[in-house]
Amino acid sequence: MTQDKLQFQIPSGVSKWTNIGMGIGLAALIGGWFVDHTEHHQYWWANILINGFFFFAISLGAMFFYALQYATEAAWSAMVKRVFEAMFQFIPVGVGIVLLVVLAGQFHINHLYHWMDPELHDVNSPAYDEIIANKKPYLSAWFFWLRMLAYAGVFIYFSRKFREWSMQEDTEGGTILHYMQYRKSAVFLVFFAVFSSTMSWDVLMSIDTHWYSTMYGWYIFSGMWVTTMIFATLSIVWMKNLGYFQNLNDSHIHDLGKWIFAISMLWSYLWFCQYMLIWYSDIPEEVTYFKERYEHYMGMMWTIFFVNFVVPFYVLLSRDAKRNTKYLTRVGVIIFVSHFFDLYLAVIPGTNHGHETFTYWFEFGLFIGFLGLFVRMFTTALTKANLIPVKHPFLEESEHHSI
Amino acid sequence: MANKVFHVMYDDDQKLMDGARALVAKGIRVKDVFSPFPVHGLDPVIGVKRTRLAIASFMYASTGTALAILGTWYFMIHDWPMNIGGKPSFSWIENAPAFVPIIFEFSVFCGAHGMVLTYLLRNGTLPGMPASNPDPRTTDDKFVMEITTEQNGGMSESDIEALINTTDVYELSIKNY
Repeated sequence: MTQDKLQFQIPSGVSKWTNIGMGIGLAALIGGWFVDHTEHHQYWWANILINGFFFFAISLGAMFFYALQYATEAAWSAMVKRVFEAMFQFIPVGVGIVLLVVLAGQFHINHLYHWMDPELHDVNSPAYDEIIANKKPYLSAWFFWLRMLAYAGVFIYFSRKFREWSMQEDTEGGTILHYMQYRKSAVFLVFFAVFSSTMSWDVLMSIDTHWYSTMYGWYIFSGMWVTTMIFATLSIVWMKNLGYFQNLNDSHIHDLGKWIFAISMLWSYLWFCQYMLIWYSDIPEEVTYFKERYEHYMGMMWTIFFVNFVVPFYVLLSRDAKRNTKYLTRVGVIIFVSHFFDLYLAVIPGTNHGHETFTYWFEFGLFIGFLGLFVRMFTTALTKANLIPVKHPFLEESEHHSI
Repeated sequence: MANKVFHVMYDDDQKLMDGARALVAKGIRVKDVFSPFPVHGLDPVIGVKRTRLAIASFMYASTGTALAILGTWYFMIHDWPMNIGGKPSFSWIENAPAFVPIIFEFSVFCGAHGMVLTYLLRNGTLPGMPASNPDPRTTDDKFVMEITTEQNGGMSESDIEALINTTDVYELSIKNY
């Protein structure tokens, strides 16, 4: 076994391009505010929520995958675990952006969350809405904010602790820290199982307050997971091409490809289940969600579904394609962007009802800006630790991974 | 000179792998390996061609998809149109979401059954077929590598035997065939 390089050097291009990206993002952010003529700058806020949640979801998905590897004692991924670790260093920033948008909603600076309007719960008010008033126990300000703080606290706590233990293991070695991470990962997964669902209800599903779906949490979660796996795969392939991870072989790439393929199918399955059940039963309180999308976003909705399902299915079905980084990265980029628009379609119809104008430069500009920020934080976090967890008990097995 | 077959037995999959690598490196052709479970990474070492089972499975599943589409169209639209849940449109495409679960299940059914039958048939392990493994212990915890003099024309019997004995052999039997 050749010794892998331990210290990651950020290639000079990355600083330049992420600066340019963040500059574009900032310009889009400022320009978008002035161009957006929707009430309360609704469209502007909605786009910040989409981008904030999308990149927060990537980092949260990375922490979920990281914990999953420990809890299931998976060895093949031990070599690349620092990549996932660097990805979830974004969690505090992501949580901050999402909280900022929600907080602005609470103070009625934006009106993304219809139910935050107290008039709706007042029986004597002309705006009284019985369905929303009945959801008061769950969607009341104190309980909502209690949940929000619980998410923020738990996610930030675990992201800090996992990193700390992992760094400590590099110097101390042994298996005590490993088994502690194993147990704590299981604890985190219990939190994650509940919070990933309730968080997607709170932050995304409550936008369409009159509507609910029991599939929603899973559907958002699977979208989150697949974007995480794509980002991880793309960056691992990129780093291997730069000369890092020399011991990473085809089998690792194959496994990453399998994850992208499998979770794409999970997403398609959940998307279609949610759609089909609502379409079939055809009852008024359920169809509102798809009716809104049918009216203004029909082409986009079906394009997203078919791209995210058909492209990975037919291209990545064969073993050779999963081992071929060319196929993997191209399919990855396509469905990465497509999953971004999936989230776009989760937020925009309920907040703007087709009154917005898609300007291209604003939406893509903001996306590029957030991507620049994410990549910058990711690469910086990579430099701060050994690229290979040198004293991980499974490292040897990971280096000999062969399937 | 009668053709001879060597049945080289190992008691560990790693010893088998090391043995196979060593023998193949010395130019010996391995005819087959019998093992109680799949040994990962052995196929390319002994030069077994990649299986086409996956392609066959894809074709069976595609057949299933096509049959299910044809079936749902014929039963539910063409032959006897049914009004279920107020959806009486006489069109397959407008009812397609309702048929997707059937199409999916039938594709999986055809893909899986076709693959299993093909696998058993190609391996000669359909129920009632005679066993072809040289030693019943290969179904328990031993691994047998089969080498024939016929496939290794360039080497004498004693050369092969000497090479085999350099590996970590558990038991070696030489038979005429």
